[in-house]
Amino acid sequence: MSLWEFANPVKFMALSGKVLPWVIGLCAITLIPGMIWGFFFTPEATNFGNSVKIIYIHVPSAMMAINIWVMMLVTSLIWIVRRHHVSVRAAKAAALIGVTMTVIALITGAIWGQPMWGTYWAWDPRLTSFLILFLFYLGYMALWAAIDNPDTAADLTSVLCIVGSVFAVLSRYAVNFWNQGLHQGASLSLDKEEHVSNVYFQPLLLCIAGFILLFLALVLIRTRTELRLVRLHRLDVRERMKDA
Amino acid sequence: MIALLVRDLRLAMRAGGGFGLGLAFFLIVSTLVPFGVGPEAAILSRIAPGILWVGALLACLLSLDRIFQLDFEDGSLDLLATAPIPMEGIVGVKALAHWLVTGLPLTLAAPVLGTLMNLESPGHFWIFITLLIGTPALSMIGAFGAALTVGLKRGGLLLSLLVLPLYIPTLIFGAEAATRGTAGLSASTPLLMMAGITAGSIALLPFAAAAALRVNLR
Repeated sequence: MSLWEFANPVKFMALSGKVLPWVIGLCAITLIPGMIWGFFFTPEATNFGNSVKIIYIHVPSAMMAINIWVMMLVTSLIWIVRRHHVSVRAAKAAALIGVTMTVIALITGAIWGQPMWGTYWAWDPRLTSFLILFLFYLGYMALWAAIDNPDTAADLTSVLCIVGSVFAVLSRYAVNFWNQGLHQGASLSLDKEEHVSNVYFQPLLLCIAGFILLFLALVLIRTRTELRLVRLHRLDVRERMKDA
Repeated sequence: MIALLVRDLRLAMRAGGGFGLGLAFFLIVSTLVPFGVGPEAAILSRIAPGILWVGALLACLLSLDRIFQLDFEDGSLDLLATAPIPMEGIVGVKALAHWLVTGLPLTLAAPVLGTLMNLESPGHFWIFITLLIGTPALSMIGAFGAALTVGLKRGGLLLSLLVLPLYIPTLIFGAEAATRGTAGLSASTPLLMMAGITAGSIALLPFAAAAALRVNLR
């Protein structure tokens, strides 16, 4: 059993169909208890009050938003190098989930920022680079949507994903430079993780695991849908060729 | 390759559109901004480097879809693809032609427009230098975006959605260098970073753009 065997969509469909219920089940038994633990059975933090509980959505979604882009980069590379047909569909499926995670992270961050910082938005490097990441997701998905032929779309979006990754990393460091270089003393530190006590950290870990499983389940479902869409497209083309 | 460059330049000059249009757009943006933010000299001179950079970037964006679109439609891109020069070379020449007809005039016009925006005296030099180094990157990145969208019927809007996020690092470093230089601070770090982006784009993006063109010509 190797990765390359699953370039055959039939094999992928068979395996993913079997695995999917397990992933969904595992996701349910980590995410639901993690959320309940986090929301109802952790104390209120000093200076934060109840608003600390948004961490259980904010941090996992932000982590996923970045990691999903990395996954898209890897799957795009696999498509370009080996023309692995499932890989590129997985990248397309992941983009949809990635952009959702980015929006969730931005919105929960804004909701959290209002009581804590007194503002929904600040041009802090992290916030700004997330906004930029959102734009990259939008461009990638728009290119997918614009091209009819599935193989052409796969090639072009993969090239865009690779080039985009380089520029996304560049933007991250440029933004860091931009705001800390000139406007000294950004007092908002987002490095919470090191300062999080175990009371909050354990349910947070559970939630992160839950989000990873949630992503896995969603990406499997979506990839299966994409593969069926490609099959539909091919059948449609064949049908029209017959008529002509 | 030189023949191709001369041909592209001639087309740009004679067919109208691209050459003057970008410059006129740049002028209009620089004229509109004071109407938007008010005529106070202090505010204008503070935001001038940033506005000039954003204006130049948008003016550059205007003419991007002409890089490959016309040649794709009349079939000359197919001929170029079968010509004995590599696709990467074609992309490079096309980007260079685009820079010569938009980036270079914008760079030359920017100090003059800076006067309109009440730019401080060292600012004219800095806006010229940063645009001179930065606009080749804008043309090269734009050529990549144009190569991606060349096969599409209405690629214009999509092109800006694809290209503008890619422009972010160049814009940040370029505007930062111009702002610092104008304020009399040392601007070498952002200037070098921007030069690095330009050099990297020129070295690597022709390959990505050529790959995209090959897919679109398939």
